Amino acid sequence: MATYADISGRRPSRRTAEAQPDRVTMRLLVIEDDRDAADYLVKAFREVGHVADAATDGDDGLAMALDGQYDVLIVDRMLPKRDGLAVIGALRAKGMETPALILSALGQVDDRVKGLRAGGDDYLPKPYSFSELLARVEVLARRRVGRSEETVLRVGNLELDRLSHQVHRGEEEITLQPREFRLLEYLMQHAGQVVTRTMLLENVWDYHFDPQTNVIDVHISRLRSKIDKGFSQPLLHTIRGAGYMIRDGAR
Amino acid sequence: MTALGKLFRTTTFKLTLVYLTVFALFAAFLLGYFALNTRRLITEQITDTVNAEITGLSEQYRLGGIRRLVVVVDSRARRPGSSLYLVTTFAGESLAGNVTSLPPGTLDNPGWTETVYRRLDEAEAGEHPEHHALARVFQLPGGFRLLVGRDLDERERLYNIVLSAGRWSIAIVIVLGLAGGLFVTRRVLRRVDAMTETTRTIMHGELGGRLPVAGTGDELDRLAENLNLMLERIETLMHGLKEVSDNIAHDLKTPLTRLRNRAEQALRSAENETEYRAALDSTIEESDGLIRTFNALLMIARAESGHTRDDMSEFDAAEIAHDVGELYEPLAEEKGIVLKVEARSPTPLKGNRELISQALANLVDNSIKYAQPRDLINGAPAEITVCALSEGDRILLTVADSGPGIPEADRGRVVERFVRLEQSRSQPGSGLGLSLASAVARLHGGELTLTDNQPGLKSIIALPRGGPVQIAG
Repeated sequence: MATYADISGRRPSRRTAEAQPDRVTMRLLVIEDDRDAADYLVKAFREVGHVADAATDGDDGLAMALDGQYDVLIVDRMLPKRDGLAVIGALRAKGMETPALILSALGQVDDRVKGLRAGGDDYLPKPYSFSELLARVEVLARRRVGRSEETVLRVGNLELDRLSHQVHRGEEEITLQPREFRLLEYLMQHAGQVVTRTMLLENVWDYHFDPQTNVIDVHISRLRSKIDKGFSQPLLHTIRGAGYMIRDGAR
Repeated sequence: MTALGKLFRTTTFKLTLVYLTVFALFAAFLLGYFALNTRRLITEQITDTVNAEITGLSEQYRLGGIRRLVVVVDSRARRPGSSLYLVTTFAGESLAGNVTSLPPGTLDNPGWTETVYRRLDEAEAGEHPEHHALARVFQLPGGFRLLVGRDLDERERLYNIVLSAGRWSIAIVIVLGLAGGLFVTRRVLRRVDAMTETTRTIMHGELGGRLPVAGTGDELDRLAENLNLMLERIETLMHGLKEVSDNIAHDLKTPLTRLRNRAEQALRSAENETEYRAALDSTIEESDGLIRTFNALLMIARAESGHTRDDMSEFDAAEIAHDVGELYEPLAEEKGIVLKVEARSPTPLKGNRELISQALANLVDNSIKYAQPRDLINGAPAEITVCALSEGDRILLTVADSGPGIPEADRGRVVERFVRLEQSRSQPGSGLGLSLASAVARLHGGELTLTDNQPGLKSIIALPRGGPVQIAG
């Protein structure tokens, strides 16, 4: 029953069997003028072990972001005093490269493009689920480490060679369709992190719409049958209520 | 504003006034010029005649002395319509002629003079009308004086006739012009008033109202016709909006009620954490469904308003067919359906890639939902075929399945928002898939048609190859 979205802080013992993300403490700044929403986010981030602050207008947010040493900024699109995009623009103009995720009530394709063009690193339309937001924020924070530059990705005994497009599990070679390869590549780039269905749809398929039926689940189960079938230690895990994660459970 | 004040303020009336003034001034100038020139011409004629007579008479005097002159003058003076003559001695004593009662001293100065006089015959008859004349006084050798002149009354009469003709014609021009102007102005004003009246009723919510068109094809008609087209469009949009809000009210209220009931139920009767959790989980699930429906509605609304039209690019429709096919292939396979893609690259198309992908995905999703394994009939598995092909200047994206299809009578209706046929109520879905596909097609200047695949449904999105054509006029 326990889900990744569980923010109660209590960790029932039966959950130990489930895969847990490799969570590193992050410093987060939430710039959001709706006090309730800001408080909810700060509380939720703290409960999963991160350090979070909140600012309620654009000017405060910019000032805090400039000297706060944050790992990720969560910026509402519409803010009093200074618009969310303007905050990010001002930061980028000062040479601050802190990843920023834009929250917006507008949520349309062109609005997303505008947000990303203004210097945002990711975009999430309101209303969002906390698990989706958390997954994206963690991916943004980790992106700085520069893992995507590696040519060979490894998780446990699973190995993906990005140049030769070959995948091995142990000694066994695994044949994947091109899309399956990209799906696995994306999951392995974010090994140890939760990846949501929307993130997969956006990054692997480049679609920003909701395909009604959960087609992603079927793709994942296909991939799973190719990389996990016949091995005692599963690598590809379903995180209930959130998405998927590839992780070496033996560690 | 009074009716008259309104009339005077119209552009037509002001224009009438300007034209009238210009025209009247021109007519006055023309007639004045004519009158003055006529007068000058008559004066010249008089001068010439008088000079000729004086030359003739002084010749008679030179030939036959005063006696001969008197005889000639007497005979000439007696002719009807004759000039004016007077011959006097040095002392001013009248010897011959037809003129009397000249002002004293008139004869003292030789040369031209304008003077009053009386005709001798009239004075003898007891009448004393004064006439005006232009005359020349000539001194003959020997002290005699000769006066020859012409009556000026004729000249003045003519001058006066021309002047009065001018005054009358200008007055008539002004009166007729004003009347015509008022007539035209009132006509125009009446039509504008009718238009204003109609717009006012439309503004009060009577959206069916249309501006009157006189049928003359003039500029007001053209204006009215265009405004009517605009009203038509507004009415359609308003109608759509109303329909959407009605449907939203209906279709969002149902899940909202369910959501509320469940929460209430949990509060009332849940006994342990597990039950609370289950209730909360289903609440989140239900609200996710609501958000999804809402997003789809927004998307349709935006596609219909033509907002996304700026976001068009050139891409390969075949690639989209393959991508969407690939996205849904595992899902189809899981349901025992064979999904095939028939598309040859390149099939270039201009449009919004994301929206067209979504429209096609919706059709495929729809087909997978309703496709029935054909093995009931001959053992073959169910099939869905996704096609991208070009036909003339259109690109056709089709999805054909072997499902139950849609009865012909319902095909128009299912494209509307939230319409789900009774037999499909049990299937998950918002009922917005086909409406979105249709809205996307219309945004691109194309259309969505549903036909019979015998058996099954064939959905066709037909799009103009070069993107939407801007609606002109």
